Amino acid sequence: MSATATTVSKPGTGAGEARTRPSGGGLRDAVRRRRGLFAGGGALAALLVLGAVLLGGGTWPAGLTADISGPLDAANEWIVDNRDSHPLFLYFLLHLSNTATDAVNAVYQGLDALGWLGVTAAAVLVAWRAAGLGRRGLRVALTALGAFAVCGLLGMWDATLLTIALMVVSVAAAAVLGTLIGLAAGLSDRVDRALRPVLDTMQVMPAFAYLLPFVLVFGTGTPAALFCTVIYAAPPMARLTALGLRGADPAALEAAVSLGTNGRQRLWTARLPLARRQMLLGLNQTIMMALSMVVIAALVGAGGLGEEVYSALATTDVGKAFAAGLPIVLIAVWLDRTTAAAGDGTGASAPAGSWLHGGRAWALVAAAVAAAAAVRTAGWPDAWTYDISTPVNRAQEWITANLTFTEVWAREFTVWLLNPLRDALLWLPWWSVLLLVAAAARLVGNWLSAVTATVAMAAIGVLGVWTKSLNTLSQVLAALVVTLVLGFLAGVLCARAGRLERWVRPLLDAMQTMPQFVYLIPVVALFGATRTSAIVAAVVYALPAVVRITTQGLREVDPAAVEASRSLGASTRQQLFGVQLPLARPALQLAVNQGVVLVLAVVVVGGLVGGGALGYDVIKGLSRGEMGLGMTAGIAIVCLGLVLDRVTQRTSRTPR
Amino acid sequence: MRTARTLRTAVAVAGALGVLSLTACGAADTGKSTAAGGDKTVKLTVPSWVGAQANVAVAKQILEEELGYKVKTQQMGEVLAWDALSKGDIDAILEDWGHPKEEKQYVETKKTVVKGGDLGVTGHIGWFVPKYFADEHPDVTDWKNLNKYAEEFRTAESGQKGELLEGSPDYVTHDDAIINNLKLNLKTKYAGSEAAQITAIKKYAKAKKPFLTYWWTPQWLNAEVDMVEVKLPEYKEGCDADPKKVACAYPHTPLQKFLNADFAKNGGEAAEFLENFNWTTEQQNEVALMIAGEKMSPEAAAEKWVKENEATWKAWLPKK
Repeated sequence: MSATATTVSKPGTGAGEARTRPSGGGLRDAVRRRRGLFAGGGALAALLVLGAVLLGGGTWPAGLTADISGPLDAANEWIVDNRDSHPLFLYFLLHLSNTATDAVNAVYQGLDALGWLGVTAAAVLVAWRAAGLGRRGLRVALTALGAFAVCGLLGMWDATLLTIALMVVSVAAAAVLGTLIGLAAGLSDRVDRALRPVLDTMQVMPAFAYLLPFVLVFGTGTPAALFCTVIYAAPPMARLTALGLRGADPAALEAAVSLGTNGRQRLWTARLPLARRQMLLGLNQTIMMALSMVVIAALVGAGGLGEEVYSALATTDVGKAFAAGLPIVLIAVWLDRTTAAAGDGTGASAPAGSWLHGGRAWALVAAAVAAAAAVRTAGWPDAWTYDISTPVNRAQEWITANLTFTEVWAREFTVWLLNPLRDALLWLPWWSVLLLVAAAARLVGNWLSAVTATVAMAAIGVLGVWTKSLNTLSQVLAALVVTLVLGFLAGVLCARAGRLERWVRPLLDAMQTMPQFVYLIPVVALFGATRTSAIVAAVVYALPAVVRITTQGLREVDPAAVEASRSLGASTRQQLFGVQLPLARPALQLAVNQGVVLVLAVVVVGGLVGGGALGYDVIKGLSRGEMGLGMTAGIAIVCLGLVLDRVTQRTSRTPR
Repeated sequence: MRTARTLRTAVAVAGALGVLSLTACGAADTGKSTAAGGDKTVKLTVPSWVGAQANVAVAKQILEEELGYKVKTQQMGEVLAWDALSKGDIDAILEDWGHPKEEKQYVETKKTVVKGGDLGVTGHIGWFVPKYFADEHPDVTDWKNLNKYAEEFRTAESGQKGELLEGSPDYVTHDDAIINNLKLNLKTKYAGSEAAQITAIKKYAKAKKPFLTYWWTPQWLNAEVDMVEVKLPEYKEGCDADPKKVACAYPHTPLQKFLNADFAKNGGEAAEFLENFNWTTEQQNEVALMIAGEKMSPEAAAEKWVKENEATWKAWLPKK
């Protein structure tokens, strides 16, 4: 399960791997594979008959389950009883939570002391300095200015500062943690293998599931929110650091060895500097992941923009939720453009010797910010705010009043696709589901992936959430199909018309970073509190990544191959289906995989709009304080992720 | 090479232990010392539903304007709020719909939370149908006739059965047991959040479609969508003791306030005021409707109410 983080870097490596695959002996290969397929099919049929005779049908047998919620609830109680007195808390954990609170408060007070002029000046100047002096720098600086101006205009200034303070601390912690993990994984293969499942779990396990234990241990408010954010946001940094360390140019390392450097010197002088771009990309992704936790942080009282979004939900005030969600998107765009520019812009700044270079420029930035802060402006002036919630609410009412056909769609979709799919999955005897999973995983990958997938599927049964998990699985599959169809179509369109992509980009940004809680009410208003609403929410969230990867994959297809087919007289259609799509296959596979991960990430949000099943259990666990229930459902979601990952992603790491 | 790696590992472990021992120099502050009195700050939790937001907004307005306190509000789930109350992270919960497990654990066993008296508002949960549907079919308001109307409540989600719309997982519900024990041809559908449930109800009401929902009073939406309660078998003390065997209506619950024990002892005027705080369902609804129906900010709504109802809240102020 590669997370969102790796999307940007992976298509390239995947394409390389496909091209180097030996093409000789294709016929022999095909014959062998066909024979293997026949043998496999025969064995499967035999197993099915045997299973039917020996095991019978039906859902997972109750005798084969193990309830883990008892011990988890007991742990829950132990924490509550001991956290004021046990030395583990007094001498360690409480220090952590107090430090976290103090750090966030300090950053917030610092920002507050700068005043609105100081904060805006700092954001604009740093963006400008990071992106270089050219036109690009100007554009990034203007983005920063626009973002902060809109945050102020919407009357969200104070909430924005609080959110930024939380982001600064959690991104810093996640970056340090991620770099350390990445260093370990990048330097040792064994550590890398051991850590990969850990990183996967950190990203696929819904934060709702582990929010409760964190609240019990660290207390409500900042600490719990901070640590959950760090857990979710650190993996991209770790993965990309490791990738950067591994991918370092061998020639450069060879040169370093020949100069007689020892291991540590090589790390500092060659490997880390060479991995710099990847690490900056990792930082960029970490920031984006952290921002997506803003609303979840608000559920435990961390405040900021998330709280505004969440409290707007109570009065079903879409306008207010939107007014609080927009600053989150803008912060994301500002940070994304700035860090991306800092990543590419190495060396793009003013020529050396100019007085605007290096340390001197930074000193200038610092001086300007200090000057702006010295003006001593307080918070954003109240007179300069604009209330957009009324027009937004009116627009949402108009849309839901006039788009009545959506409800009919939702019903047809449920009756003709969702219900049959769920019923079919539930009708299958449990052991045949296991067999199906094993066979599919074996066909796509190797024996190891078959075993992993089967064990994960069996674990779901053992946890006692078989029926709910299959219900969730049917929703995930349906959402996946819709996402992939729409995503591939849009991706092909974007790859063929460059201007369209530039147009769509802000929309995709917004879809990825706008908290799902903002569009929860419109979705319910359009599709009712149904499973279809849950699926729509998932599609909106997962679509951008699929579109982006598809577009990029098609673009990276060797232009010579396309040119050659054109000169042979292939039509546009033939070029697309005969050349581009087949060559872009690794990227398309990655898109499928990302679709799986992202759809699973929204299962919990689906539980909030009528998705039921596992997502509902996770929320229920948090809101009722039942750790066992929430964690069990969370683990089941991770297992589903493992299964889907193994049956959709070809294992390129291990040779067949 | 091997020794180098061992050395590196040793350094890393030593470093980690060093940091650990640094943090372990002294026992951490559990946060309680700042909680009690002193700097005249009161910390209140804001629950997710609007009625409770109205309590907090009005209490905040009076505490800040009349008694000179600073009020910090924090938003979180109900059970989390109980936990925070016990730890002193917040000082009071102004509206509690009954959490027997937490009451037992924190009020009786740990004694970190004390009762703060009645809020004055009586809460009631039940099954409701819209008035326009009840007017056409008056007999729907008795549970015995529900099976007759099951078909009317059917949706794509509920299959062959009628749908009973449920709300957030926060809420107390025995509906699955009630349906089962009364042999009703119904199926619960969990909307998953109050917002989703309200949106769904509004949508039904706009289209004048029949629906059956788990619902409660007081609730601001009742002023917008007129709903009629369906009579379930009468509530008797203890008929909901075994969650699996429930076959009766929900009780009428006088909503309760709870205070952190330290705060109740050392909270001075603020604690006294919060204990005195007591208003009627109608008064709460008035503020709640300003917030949710007219989309006023809670502060503005509270300010307006406080200005117009001086006689009511003067009685809550501590006796000088």
